Amino acid sequence: MIDLIEQAQLLPAFFLTIQLALWSAAFALILGTVIAILRLAPVGVLNALGASYVTLVRNTPLTLIVVACSLVLWGQLGIEPASRRLPDGSGNPDFISSLNFRLGVIGLSIYHAAFVCEAIRSGVNTIPLGQAEAARSIGLTFPQSLREVILPQAFRGAITPLGNVLIALVKNTTVVAAIGVFETAYRMRWIAEFRPADLMPGFALVALGFVILTLPLGLLVSHLSQRLAVKR
Amino acid sequence: MTDTPAAARRTPDRPLVVLENVNKHFGELHVLKDINLTVHEGEVVVVIGPSGSGKSTLCRTINRLETFESGRIAINGTELPDEGKELARLRADVGMVFQSFNLFAHKTILENVTLGPMKVRGMKPAAAKEHAMELLTRVGVDHQASKYPAQLSGGQQQRVAIARSLAMEPTVMLFDEPTSALDPEMINEVLDVMTELARSGMTMVVVTHEMGFARKAADRVVFMSDGAIVEENTPEQFFTNAQSARAKDFLGKILTH
Ligand SMILES: Nc1ncnc2c1ncn2[C@@H]1O[C@H](COP(=O)(O)OP(=O)(O)OP(=O)(O)O)[C@@H](O)[C@H]1O
Ligand SMILES: [Mg+2]
Repeated sequence: MIDLIEQAQLLPAFFLTIQLALWSAAFALILGTVIAILRLAPVGVLNALGASYVTLVRNTPLTLIVVACSLVLWGQLGIEPASRRLPDGSGNPDFISSLNFRLGVIGLSIYHAAFVCEAIRSGVNTIPLGQAEAARSIGLTFPQSLREVILPQAFRGAITPLGNVLIALVKNTTVVAAIGVFETAYRMRWIAEFRPADLMPGFALVALGFVILTLPLGLLVSHLSQRLAVKR
Repeated sequence: MTDTPAAARRTPDRPLVVLENVNKHFGELHVLKDINLTVHEGEVVVVIGPSGSGKSTLCRTINRLETFESGRIAINGTELPDEGKELARLRADVGMVFQSFNLFAHKTILENVTLGPMKVRGMKPAAAKEHAMELLTRVGVDHQASKYPAQLSGGQQQRVAIARSLAMEPTVMLFDEPTSALDPEMINEVLDVMTELARSGMTMVVVTHEMGFARKAADRVVFMSDGAIVEENTPEQFFTNAQSARAKDFLGKILTH
């Protein structure tokens, strides 16, 4: 068992999975909030922009988005979110792996931002209309009332759906194996190919690993959603 | 406008809120019909009328929480601008107290009162806090300053809402049925604060069916029905000697309760 974990490099693979999840979660949260703001803004064009993003992205398979990041963003458009050279001018030996990692993060962030946006909107729906009216009536501008009143309450009301997005994101990181990020699912395939006899324990180990990642996340989410709930 | 000398601002009979031929529709429904109303500095106007007659809409239109189609509304000589920074600034000068309090649920009582002065008026936190505590003392909820709105009774919440409006040092305050969501035993503590406010010279427009308050504090009663102002008079004259049939009918209904 230990030797399977070592040979299949499962620990570094899980570490990579965690890194993917953390970076993607951070960017998806930021992008998703921005899109939610577009959808809340009292400007028709911005609403339409936000709504189109969500509709488009939510209805596209994640694999397609991730592969498109690799083939279109990098392959066709030549956008290279990693550097070929190190600061000292020599060639970067990790170029391909960090390029793939970052393209993977971009794809995951784009995709999950749509779900973050919808989670925040569900949080906004928990806020009585009077809160925004009171904010306007004391003279706050729209951005101020968003920052001081609407978003803080929306996030608190959206902790459960946001947590669900986060848990889905952790599991969805497996998709970036398709563009050569050597994370857990990639290693899983390695086991199937080179250690077929250990397929069953391999599966079990990987499944256990994901449970170890997502279970505490789920507990944390339900704890926070109770602790931070806005009492009305 | 803001740098008018104080002496000029206190001229008696200076019109503060002026509505001229204001019309508003909700779809087919004509909710405000040619409303003409002038509220002078220091004046307390009580708006009364049957449910659905447009009292809330009138209040909300005055500080532009609702749009209107025609006519003009000016506050302190400045016509209401369209949505944006300019409107936000003007709204800061018009206090609004809602039927359902609408305190910011995620902020403490103190934060509720200091938010506007700090974000809108640019007041320093220490000064905002000091001013807020004075106001909370004035409305009698200073001991609850660090609590959250949900921990307070309705009457206490409404008094905090009044303090929150006062913190902006408004030129006029609008009240939309401030006591009708309250349990009976809490109505007076809010009305007392409002009466004190009226005595202190605050310009007020108050939608209420509390006749005790109207008699004690109002300079004028405005009776609305079906979106129009039907009758205006002093409280005494209105309650004892209403002219229009609709006002008599309405008073007959509420007085029997
Ligand atoms: N947002 C809205 N959309 C459509 N119709 C509305 C809206 N708000 C109010 N109305 C309608 O406009 C009319 C006037 O409503 P308003 O709330 O101003 O009456 P009110 O005099 O305050 O009544 P109440 O005593 O019940 O509070 C009512 O017929 C109401 O149904
Ligand atoms: Mg009303």
